[in-house]
Amino acid sequence: MKHDKIERNVGILIILTMLAISAGGLVEIVPLFFIKETVEKVDGVRPYSPLELRGRDIYIREGCYLCHSQMIRPFRDEALRYGHYSLAAESKYDHPFQWGSKRTGPDLARVGGKYSNDWQTQHLTAPRSLVPQSVMPNYPWLSKTELDYSDIQGRMKALRVTGVPYSTSKAEFDKNVKEFGEDTAKNLHIPDAEKNLIAQAQVGNYDTNPDKLTEMDALVSYLQLLGTMVDFRKYDDDYFAKFR
Amino acid sequence: MTTTSVTNTEQYNYDVIRKFAIMTLVWGVVGMLVGVYIASELAFPVLNFDIPYITFGRLRPVHTGAVIFGFGGSALFATSYYIVQRTCQARLFSSGLASFTFWGWQAIIVLAALGDVMGYTQGREYAEMEWPIDLLIEVVWVAYLVLFVGTLMKRNQPHIYVANWFYLAFILATALLHTFNNLAVPVSLFSMKSYSLFSGAQDAMTQWWYGHNAVGFFLTAAFLGMMYYFVPKQAGRPVYSYRLSVLHFWALIFLYMWAGAHHLHWTAIPDWTSTLAATFSIMLLLPSWGGMVNGILTLSGAWDKMRTDPVIRFLIVSLSFYGMSTFEGPVMSLKDVNALSHYTDWTIGHVHSGALGWVAMVTFGSFYHMVPKLWNTKMFSNRLINVHFWLATIGILLYITAMWISGIMQGLMWRAFDDFGNLQYAFIESVAAAHNLYIMRAVGGLFFLSGMVLMCYNIYKTIKSGTTEQA
Repeated sequence: MKHDKIERNVGILIILTMLAISAGGLVEIVPLFFIKETVEKVDGVRPYSPLELRGRDIYIREGCYLCHSQMIRPFRDEALRYGHYSLAAESKYDHPFQWGSKRTGPDLARVGGKYSNDWQTQHLTAPRSLVPQSVMPNYPWLSKTELDYSDIQGRMKALRVTGVPYSTSKAEFDKNVKEFGEDTAKNLHIPDAEKNLIAQAQVGNYDTNPDKLTEMDALVSYLQLLGTMVDFRKYDDDYFAKFR
Repeated sequence: MTTTSVTNTEQYNYDVIRKFAIMTLVWGVVGMLVGVYIASELAFPVLNFDIPYITFGRLRPVHTGAVIFGFGGSALFATSYYIVQRTCQARLFSSGLASFTFWGWQAIIVLAALGDVMGYTQGREYAEMEWPIDLLIEVVWVAYLVLFVGTLMKRNQPHIYVANWFYLAFILATALLHTFNNLAVPVSLFSMKSYSLFSGAQDAMTQWWYGHNAVGFFLTAAFLGMMYYFVPKQAGRPVYSYRLSVLHFWALIFLYMWAGAHHLHWTAIPDWTSTLAATFSIMLLLPSWGGMVNGILTLSGAWDKMRTDPVIRFLIVSLSFYGMSTFEGPVMSLKDVNALSHYTDWTIGHVHSGALGWVAMVTFGSFYHMVPKLWNTKMFSNRLINVHFWLATIGILLYITAMWISGIMQGLMWRAFDDFGNLQYAFIESVAAAHNLYIMRAVGGLFFLSGMVLMCYNIYKTIKSGTTEQA
């Protein structure tokens, strides 16, 4: 076909353009939804509890992902600095993913358990009181603002639509018990969300102020979970390599 | 026509173009001002003032939204309406639809910025807008497509001029990317919160397919369309090679869509996608340079204009920056280079050499050509255009030099080992080391912004001396 013909017919131009721009996504992205090896088979990864979920929402709200990655690459220096490289499985319940693209601050994929709740709360409130050269903003409002969890069930239900196994019925709950164990399954049960959220905040006391349930409680509970779900002692490295 | 107030009897609909042109300048100033401010926050974190709405994390999407969609988007609406009418010798087929795209698009930019500062965000770069705004974008974009294609169809020229191919590809690709990257489930009909339909690795692939092609189509293909009209016009010479424009058009739009996964090298996506993306990124160098060569050689035989015409200088230097950043891009997409450059300021520098050097400069040049035509007059001051050119150029050079140095420094510090095999630097040492470079970057941004303000003054004076009646 002469190119002249395309230039005279806007219909053909549109069709050919659509074909040209669709190919890449069809070949590179669509298969990832069907190739099982895209996400490793590994124990321990579970959906977020109601409190952690609210914490993650706050992490997204404040735009933390713009300065902190959550994706450790398989390099020696990153292994020493941050820990085992990140697995796809570790973010399989992350809607949206928060891998990030920039490290103005350090990677947070395995920050869970590295610092105490006390440290995290102090650091989020006034980073330079602990790390004088830090350029992170202060987030003093987090421990002053009471956590709004009025729509926590709605949030879990929306995630359920995307495929996260939060349960509404007894049958779904039992399925979760089988997959994640009873303690976790209870936390994934939507009708009990408020109760579970309050209980976790009280037991965890993340913002080190037991009287108040704040946004800081939620955010720190999320940070303390990051990267702790998979027990890497149970796997040798060759196991994960074969998925890549 | 001597006297007229009935605008729709005019040959072309310039009214909507004038509106978009003015808003391009407004969003340019706003977006770049916010850019300078957040750059300063990184140098002096006290500037966050403990106010949630102006912390770096919330203002950064305001910056990217205002410059990409506000400044860049309005510039593309303006120039595409200008070019499609003039090259088709046909008036936009619906003034109502044109007006709708203007007010709709401006509403989108304002709502997006408000959403960002309030903390309503999808948490995806350049796609932060929450679902109600996304729906509005969808509607306005379809109106844009209908208006553009409808006008192409009533053209009085047998051929569709090359600039329009690029604009058309940009409109189609943006529709495709926007739709699939924003599939999300809202918490409720009255909630500003939604959750992405996809998760983890698949979500990452979708987002960077979008993110990279926002650059590829919104910030490249469409601006090539701009280039293909205004460079030959301002140079007074035909496009250097018709054959080259055909070749690099199809190659560019085909190859770009494969390259997104180079933003995810060494992450938890399958290796084959990463390798494929790197391969296509390297191939992309050819059509990118095809466009640059075609633009620059259009000037052959009129090189003296580089000396005498500041508008040509803007256009040709923008093409040089385009060539430079489309060479740097494929280099950074190599896995070994990316291992060093990823997560560092190098990426930020790369984006800005493209965004400031190419996108903004080609827009400046095109506007200095188009604005006087829209208002039937001459530019108020050629000298100020020249001053603007140097302010912009110095600004870019300061900016990208600072980011190259800090980026490569960060990459090297993070991977440095001491003699005992321990990490040589704590992370915070790389933050401290970047301090002076962050100041230098903010100063570079300030230069660029002051050029932008100067342009506004120059164009304000131009418009005041002009008239909106068509001769």
